[in-house]
Order: sequence, then C-alpha cells, then structure tokens
Amino acid sequence: MNQFQYVRPAQVPGATKAITNGANTQFLAGGTNLIDLMKMGVVAPEKLVDINNLPLKKIEGNAGGISIGALASNTEVAEHPLIKANYPLLALAINAGASPQLRNMATVGGNLMQRTRCPYFFDTAMPCNKRMPGSGCGALEGYNRMHALFGASDKCIAVNPSDMNVALTALDATVHVSGVKGKRAIKISDFHRLPGQHPELDNTLQKGELITSVDLPASPFNKNVHYLKVRDRTSYAFALVSAAVALNIENNTIQGARLAMGGVAHKPWRLTETEAFLKGKPVSLDVFKQAAQIAMQGAKAYEHNKFKLTLAPNTLLQALKTASGLKA
Amino acid sequence: MSGKKPCIPAESEDLLHGNRRDFLKKTSFLTAMALTPGTVVKAAEEQWDEKIAGVFEKVSLHIDVNGVKHTLSVEPRVTLLDLLREQLKLTGTKKGCDRGQCGACTVHVNGVRVNSCLSLAVTNEGKKITTIEGLANGNELHPMQEAFIEHDGFQCGYCTSGQIMSAVACINEGHAGSEAEIREYMSGNICRCGAYPNIVNAIQAVKQGGQS
Ligand SMILES: Cc1cc2nc3c(=O)[nH]c(=O)nc-3n(C[C@H](O)[C@H](O)[C@H](O)COP(=O)(O)OP(=O)(O)OC[C@H]3O[C@@H](n4cnc5c(N)ncnc54)[C@H](O)[C@@H]3O)c2cc1C
Repeated sequence: MNQFQYVRPAQVPGATKAITNGANTQFLAGGTNLIDLMKMGVVAPEKLVDINNLPLKKIEGNAGGISIGALASNTEVAEHPLIKANYPLLALAINAGASPQLRNMATVGGNLMQRTRCPYFFDTAMPCNKRMPGSGCGALEGYNRMHALFGASDKCIAVNPSDMNVALTALDATVHVSGVKGKRAIKISDFHRLPGQHPELDNTLQKGELITSVDLPASPFNKNVHYLKVRDRTSYAFALVSAAVALNIENNTIQGARLAMGGVAHKPWRLTETEAFLKGKPVSLDVFKQAAQIAMQGAKAYEHNKFKLTLAPNTLLQALKTASGLKA
Repeated sequence: MSGKKPCIPAESEDLLHGNRRDFLKKTSFLTAMALTPGTVVKAAEEQWDEKIAGVFEKVSLHIDVNGVKHTLSVEPRVTLLDLLREQLKLTGTKKGCDRGQCGACTVHVNGVRVNSCLSLAVTNEGKKITTIEGLANGNELHPMQEAFIEHDGFQCGYCTSGQIMSAVACINEGHAGSEAEIREYMSGNICRCGAYPNIVNAIQAVKQGGQS
C-alpha cells in the first residue's frame, strides 16, 4: 500500500476542511472498501481523513421517522429495535450483505459510497472508464456477467453492489451532507447517478462533502416487506439480482408499493412505474406477474448477463409473493 | 517504509526535543510543506486535528492486546493484522486473502468480531483486541477450542483461529439458534478443507453447554 498522510479530526468542520484542502484525499470510515481498493492499487490517496472519531454514530427516532448517523455500523442499524420494528426491509437488506465481521466494521456512509465490484474496475491492468477516464470499458465486450440491464452507457455498464442502498431507495431515504460551503439534503434517488459520459462519478456528492446522516420518513411499510437476493452462493456474495419490496396492504388491496432492484444498474433501481401499476390492485399472482413484466421495460442485456432478463423479473415476482404472503 | 526518515531540515533539529505530540505536529508541518503545501500546515495552525501524521511518519498507538497494554509507533498504512503478526509476533491470527473475503484474520475489537486485514492499526487507538492467543485461560482451553478438537472442526488448521474467534462471537451475538442460523452467521469464514459440518457441531455443543 502506498504511504499517505493521516489525520484524525474530532469534529465535522475539521473533517470537511481537511478533505477540501487536499488534492487526492479520502475519508476513512470502516475501511472495508477503501483499504481493499488501496491494497489493490485501484485508488492511492495521498491523505486519509479518519472520520471514526466524529460524533456521527447515533440512531434516533425523530418527527415520525428516524435519523441514522453516518458512522453507525451496518450491524448497529440492522439490530436497532426501531429499525427492526419500523423499517424491517432495511434490516433484511443489510443482513443479506457481506459477512457479520464486515457488517460490524462497515458504516452507513461507507456503504452508500462503496465502489462497484466490476472486475475491470478492480484489475488495474484492464481498461476502465470509472477507474481511469478515457481508457475504455473492458466489460462492454468482455466478461459482463455481473453487469447492468438498465441505464448503462457506452462508457460503463457496472452496477452498484450495495444491498443497503436498494432498501434505502425503496424507503425514500434522504442523505444529509455537510461541506465547507454548508449543509444540504439529497434525496436518495438523486444521490447515486447513472454513468452517462462520466462513470468516474458514482454519485452527486461534491468534493469535500461528508455524509453526516441518512434519514428515513415515517413509513407504513413495516409489515409486508421482503428483500430477496440471488447470488452465486447462499451467503457472503454480491447480488446477481436483488429485489426490495415493501407493500402496504389493506383488505387484500395494495394501498401503496415501494420497489427497488439491485445488481441491475449503476444506481439502486427504483421501480416507480411498477409501483404506480400496483397501487389499488388486489393481491394476486396475475397482478404480480404483470408487475414483474412492467419492471423489465427498457432492459438491455450484454453477452454474458442475458440470464438476468429472466432472473430479474422472477426475483421481483418471488419477492412480491413473499412480502404479500401470497401462497402458490 | 523503505528506511526513509521524516525530512527535517538541519536547522530544525531542536524540534526533535519537544514532546511527542508537538513533535508530531511540527514534523507534519514540515513534511507537509515539502509534499502538499498548506494542508497539514493549516491543520496544525488551527488545531482542529486530534492526530496528524505526515507521509513518512509513524503515529503513536495505545492498544490492549489480550490484556497486555502496548504503546507502539506505527505507520498509518499498517493493518491491525500485520501489527499483530509482524510487530507483536502474535502469529495465531492468520493472513488468508488479505481482502476481507476469507475470515482467517478475524479478531475481536472491544468484543466485536472484525476482519483485522481491512482495519488500519492506527484506527484502533485505545481499543481492546482479543486474538486466538487470548482466548485460553492459562493452560485451560476456551470451551470453543475444546469443542473444535472434540468435534474435529478442522483439517489443515489454517482457517481455524478465525473460525474459533467468529464462533465465539456468533454465540455471544445470539446468532447460534439453529444450524441454519449458525451457517449464515459463520459464512464470513471460509474453510477450504470443508470442515463446516463439524464446525457447526462444535458451535452447537458449546451453545448447549451454556458457555462460550
Ligand atoms: C468480501 C466483501 C464482501 C462484501 N459483500 C457485500 C455484499 O454482499 N453486499 C453489500 O452491500 N456490500 C458488501 N460488501 C461491501 C461493504 O458493505 C462495504 O465495503 C462497506 O459498506 C463500506 O463501508 P465502510 O465504512 O467500510 O467504508 P470505507 O471503506 O471506509 O469507505 C468507502 C468509501 O466511502 C467514503 N466514505 C465513507 N464514509 C463517508 C462519509 N460519511 N461521507 C462521505 N464519504 C464517506 C470513503 O471515502 C470511501 O471512498 C462487501 C465487502 C467485502 C470486502
């Protein structure tokens, strides 16, 4: 690993100043993504700003919703009584990711920011527009089994690897950030971006901005939820495809639905049209099958990920069935 | 660190006689001026950093490993795993993939299991680390160690320290309720010999024995 400067500020302003001043500077939270990338030579920051001493660990209920500190560990979030009671979808998604050891280390801020697992991004001998803009996309005509179905570009077909982000997207989270220019709140749907011509940008965070918390609004989606993750082994692997489903069902009628898929796009893929279709419909296999088809509109596969065109709607269908309790 | 010393100009030799904290700040100050003008200089001036280390500097680290307190000096890029193995000579904790994928390096930090290969040592300031060497009580093995022997929970043994550290945590966390739950919560520890069924048996035995 390259050498770097190390600073450990105790307060948020110190952290945002420290990051703004340096050219190639990064925040260090749990380290489970950043240290890995540094060992691989994918990134080589000249300075790390260790944010672990900042007072950003609290998880607390607020006017109807909840505020999750950026430094709360993935385990702390998934095990928190308020999360389990009011946002079980988030707990399910987090627990479907990584391993217990990694979830103990991984933070909410770091998870939001984690980089893609595209093998061309990780292999510094390969072209990758995300790692080295202008070098080309190795995956486009290469081994693209893990790659996107939606919203990709000719510059990048990588996917966002996070499970937590899929649930946060379905649950309409807001990301609170703080920078030297002040604070702002970013809707989760505007936080991660599609690759377009600039795949080197994973999200809309500005240089120097620190994620301070992730807030969730009050949610009626605490009962009929499911997170279904399909991967190459039963546990401890990234998603090929995942589906986060939250339904508000009254008298067998779907009052509202919140749906998102993982492993299919450069950002967690919210299914707004499918949600609109489901609203007011009865819980039935036929309705869910139609919903799964609507969700796939606009999907485009590459040479090695064509199986996802079948896997994705099937995953969503199964998640809808499990969340609603529909047998058959 | 390839034998490089902090670059302190000759006329500033007296900096070396200040206290450690001052020394750190001032040398950071100078290193920073040489390398990335402004940044650390400002940090030191404004005093909003609790800890500052320039590129070639070591950072002081106070850490408790298996009940023994250490005051160390480490480079920021040294992982907790390498600190344990190379500096403290506690080689029971194994380096497998070195990328968080195998679990061989699992240790407890303040009672919580983590992958020591992805944790920078300096981020563990003031923390209590328990490694496989710290589980036994003198000559008396920890019940989980006994159970791994009893149930043949290993073959080559390379993953075993990580498996045992994880297994102890798995029970402490309350995630050893069923075989399925044990398998899920032990999935961060890979065993290429395939001793999994016996590992599950060992954990269940300790769980049923009511101790961990
Ligand atoms: C073997 C392995 C398997 C995994 N499997 C899964 C999986 O199945 N599903 C899944 O979802 N994830 C998985 N992960 C990824 C894991 O969830 C992430 O590595 C973790 O969430 C990152 O969090 P961290 O705190 O460790 O981030 P770090 O590594 O510390 O940081 C990651 C990035 O976020 C930035 N950052 C951190 N905090 C902030 C902040 N507050 N504000 C602004 N920027 C910030 C850092 O600068 C850095 O660029 C896996 C990881 C490994 C190593």
